[in-house]
Amino acid sequence: MGSSKSSLRHIPNAQELIQDTGFSAAHIQRLYERFDLLDRDQMGRLRVPDFEAISHLAMNPIGDRIIAAFFSPGKDTVDFPSFVRILAHFQPTDDNRTRDSSGKEPYNSPNRKLQFAFQLYDQDGDGKISRAELLQVLQEMLGMQVTDELLQSIAERAIQEADLDQDDAISFDEFKKCLEKVDIDQKMRIGFLS
Amino acid sequence: MRRCGHGHCWLLGTLAFFYLVLLSGVEADAKSDHHSENGHHQNASSISGIPIVTFKWHHVETPYTVALWIIVAGLCKLVIEANHHVTNVIPESALLICSGFILGGMVWGADKKQTFKLNPTVFFYYLLPQIILDAGYSMPNKLFFTNLGGILLHAVIGTCWNAATVGLSLWGCHMGGAMGDLDIGLLQYLLFGSLLSAVDPVAVIAVFEQVHVNEVLFIMVFGESLLNDGVTVVLFNVFDSFVSLGGPAINAAEIVKGIISFFVVAFGGSLVGLVFGLLLSLLTRCTKNIQIIEPGFVFVVGYLSYLTAEMLSLSAILSITFCGVCCQKYMNANMDEKSVTTVRYAMKVLANGSETMIFVFLGITAIDKTIWVWNTGFILLTLLFVLVYRVIGVFFLTWIQNKFRLVPLDLMDRIIMSYGGLRGAVAYGLAALLDENKIKEKPLMIGTTLIIVYFTVVLQGITMKPLVTWLKVKRATNNELTLIEKVQNKVFNHMLVAIEDISGQKGNNYMRDKWTHFEEKWMSWFLMKPSARKKHDHLFNIFHMINLKDALEYVDKGESNGTLEFIRNDTAFIDFKKNYEDDFSDVSMPDLTIDMGDDTIANPYASVLRKIRDAVPSISLEMHKQTNYGLRESENINTHHLLQQHLYKSRNQHRFRYSRSHFDLNQDENEVQEIFQRTMRNRLESFKSAKLGVAPPKPITKHPRKDTQKKMPNGKSTEKRSYYSGDEDFEFSEGDSASGYFPRVTHRPGTGIENPSFMPDLDPRAPVQIPPWLAEGELDSTAGVAPSQRAQAGLPRTPSNLNRLAPLRISTRSTDFPTSSSSQQSNELPPPPSPPPYHPHKI
Repeated sequence: MGSSKSSLRHIPNAQELIQDTGFSAAHIQRLYERFDLLDRDQMGRLRVPDFEAISHLAMNPIGDRIIAAFFSPGKDTVDFPSFVRILAHFQPTDDNRTRDSSGKEPYNSPNRKLQFAFQLYDQDGDGKISRAELLQVLQEMLGMQVTDELLQSIAERAIQEADLDQDDAISFDEFKKCLEKVDIDQKMRIGFLS
Repeated sequence: MRRCGHGHCWLLGTLAFFYLVLLSGVEADAKSDHHSENGHHQNASSISGIPIVTFKWHHVETPYTVALWIIVAGLCKLVIEANHHVTNVIPESALLICSGFILGGMVWGADKKQTFKLNPTVFFYYLLPQIILDAGYSMPNKLFFTNLGGILLHAVIGTCWNAATVGLSLWGCHMGGAMGDLDIGLLQYLLFGSLLSAVDPVAVIAVFEQVHVNEVLFIMVFGESLLNDGVTVVLFNVFDSFVSLGGPAINAAEIVKGIISFFVVAFGGSLVGLVFGLLLSLLTRCTKNIQIIEPGFVFVVGYLSYLTAEMLSLSAILSITFCGVCCQKYMNANMDEKSVTTVRYAMKVLANGSETMIFVFLGITAIDKTIWVWNTGFILLTLLFVLVYRVIGVFFLTWIQNKFRLVPLDLMDRIIMSYGGLRGAVAYGLAALLDENKIKEKPLMIGTTLIIVYFTVVLQGITMKPLVTWLKVKRATNNELTLIEKVQNKVFNHMLVAIEDISGQKGNNYMRDKWTHFEEKWMSWFLMKPSARKKHDHLFNIFHMINLKDALEYVDKGESNGTLEFIRNDTAFIDFKKNYEDDFSDVSMPDLTIDMGDDTIANPYASVLRKIRDAVPSISLEMHKQTNYGLRESENINTHHLLQQHLYKSRNQHRFRYSRSHFDLNQDENEVQEIFQRTMRNRLESFKSAKLGVAPPKPITKHPRKDTQKKMPNGKSTEKRSYYSGDEDFEFSEGDSASGYFPRVTHRPGTGIENPSFMPDLDPRAPVQIPPWLAEGELDSTAGVAPSQRAQAGLPRTPSNLNRLAPLRISTRSTDFPTSSSSQQSNELPPPPSPPPYHPHKI
């Protein structure tokens, strides 16, 4: 612990991050190493190509979406604190930490996790998954034998299933309702090594 | 109708039972009489010259009896399975045991003694191997190896714990005087404990198959039961030799030897299995010319691995398990499709048959006065200890396990795991193996073992399902998921993998990736035939299967329509199609509307449908019947099914189902290639557009998607593979990919009809043919943008296929109109293959 504490010094805002995200110092340390590795031009920030350089990601059908989720709107770089904050969504939900330091819900609460998942669909950020957005995800995720019209009808049907207020789109609340049977915490959880 | 059916079944059942009574009566008579009869016959033949017919029962006695029993057991199963409302409540295994009681009663009544028993030799050499082989062969490998740590923990430590604690506690109670006067020492108790310690795979599968718990829970219990059989046998042998040595002769050295032999036997057995599995894979690599007998190799080599391990006094059960586990992938790839099917079926037939036999004979064995030595204290205490220590063991081990698991096993899982500790035939087989000279109380032990088996299989089996429901244990996910959930689950999986990649976490997937890499590079190269390696892509297999099925259905319908002309005659075919379509569209509409209503989808299209239906007044009754049939048949194959099949799987996703009597394909994921190319194409597009200052393509018009899709089958996958580790400097030459545009899977011979529409992949350079039914019927709103191309690029679809997708397609039509993007897209399509049998736009 002592050694990791000392090496935390060169990480910007380390203490604040630990407070904020619930990662341990060792986690932060390890993530920083990873960040450093990805950051090939050593600018202290990651650009899209840095992410794209991760070879396995190219084999992930929604890899590009995940990458995009790391960038807040309008920015084309991500710094270490934001990087960690995104990853913090994937920690197991901690029942004891219902509020983080600034009084918001912690990143690893089921709600925040769901929001993260939701914004993967909601590319234009209007708070709704439109049919086109859903269709796009489906297109990315489905194999090659499914024709477009079939996809469209699947999207159509999925929206109908979820759409409670008949506005032909899935709002976050509707999304949440759809997935209430799913254990979000378990589905969005990664064993972060420390 | 239903009730009537059941009544019928009962009648049949009763009849079958009468038949059984008759059979066993005859058999018993024959058996008791045959000696005198023999003598009589021989006398007769020596006296009166050449007999025309003789009754030679003694010649055929053994095989005849065996065959009779097999058929009797089969009939029992038939009767039991005919009564679905009973099997829903009471598991089949319990019912089989009960029918065994009845049969045993009959035999007892006829013979006044129990002539038929489950004898350890028969059990271990003829009944058990195929069950274990089947379990190994259809083992969901990924799930198994992912959870191997936990499984081994339970199988080894848990089993030892059970054996030791049950043995010691019984001994303690004996010392305390709870069981009266018994001649059993500490070692004998430990031996008894060890034979009772195994959770039985046969019983576990039989019960859990009907309960459908979640897959992790299932594999934990199932894997444990499979492996701990091996462990139990080893433990049993060790204690058995201790007993033979006798108490005083045991010193530290012997104990150490015992422990060493435990590990040698277990690992040696697994190793033997592994070697045989590899041999088998190699063997199937070169059986191309003797396809007709290649399925046989699986069984023979599997059995050989069992016998070899037995011969070397290693664990035979572990050996045959690992033989199955290890060969399944390569064998399935190497052998012909038909052989694989044969193996699967034959395996299930054998395993299911043996299982039935085992349970029936477990029941029969009970009806025997000689094995029942009642000692209330001993029996009840054993039962209590077996249950209690199972619970304690499971809770303790899962507690350890949960320290390492990402998703811990929760309380419910633990309860079910402890409750799923069913003992079965292995325990009985071992008990029957006990040496009477060394263990005076053998009958008591056998009796107790049987009681525990009955208790666990019957009582726990019956209560398992209500318990699972009551505790709300996470069930295996089934079709009740909504579409969005299904999609979302996939998104979650992909998301986790992506995040793991990004954050550089190697925990869960790292080792597996390494193994996969090694496996692909070396094992597959060594064990798979080159052709099998190439057609590894299972998407094409699915595609092929769908087409095959469609073709079959199509022929079926054609035949029932009274003509097979369309097969030989192209124009007749088209005419048929056309007619069929006309008829089809109007008839099916009402059904579809109802279907959609059932799905409780608020659908604004119903009115449209009705309009369409009203527009076409003629309804062919005959067609109506067929359509109904088709609809009913394909009710289950709806969108969910489609999604299930075609959604990409993420790396840590594994689909599996193990079942003794059904099998699903173990679907590997080979979509990486496709996704990879798609992603690369996307990036290239956005890169290009950024460079040229062109606005990025609209999100909805996914031009690249179609292209990359079509590029999949170009046979260049092996070259591309080298880029996997390469980063974003990946060069993506367009000309390259265009020139490599060849269908990888071409028409396979033997798919039946020589009909272009059913070819899995069609020559894309074939001239565009506009089939007559398109040319004349193209009145769609999207006309002029060549919507037919889009349709043609799709799956060749038969009307029956349309049936199951119909609700979707109907709604598609209406969404088609507003979104012009989709029609734009069709411009980007590669040259369409030759005409599909059905064109959805023509309704």
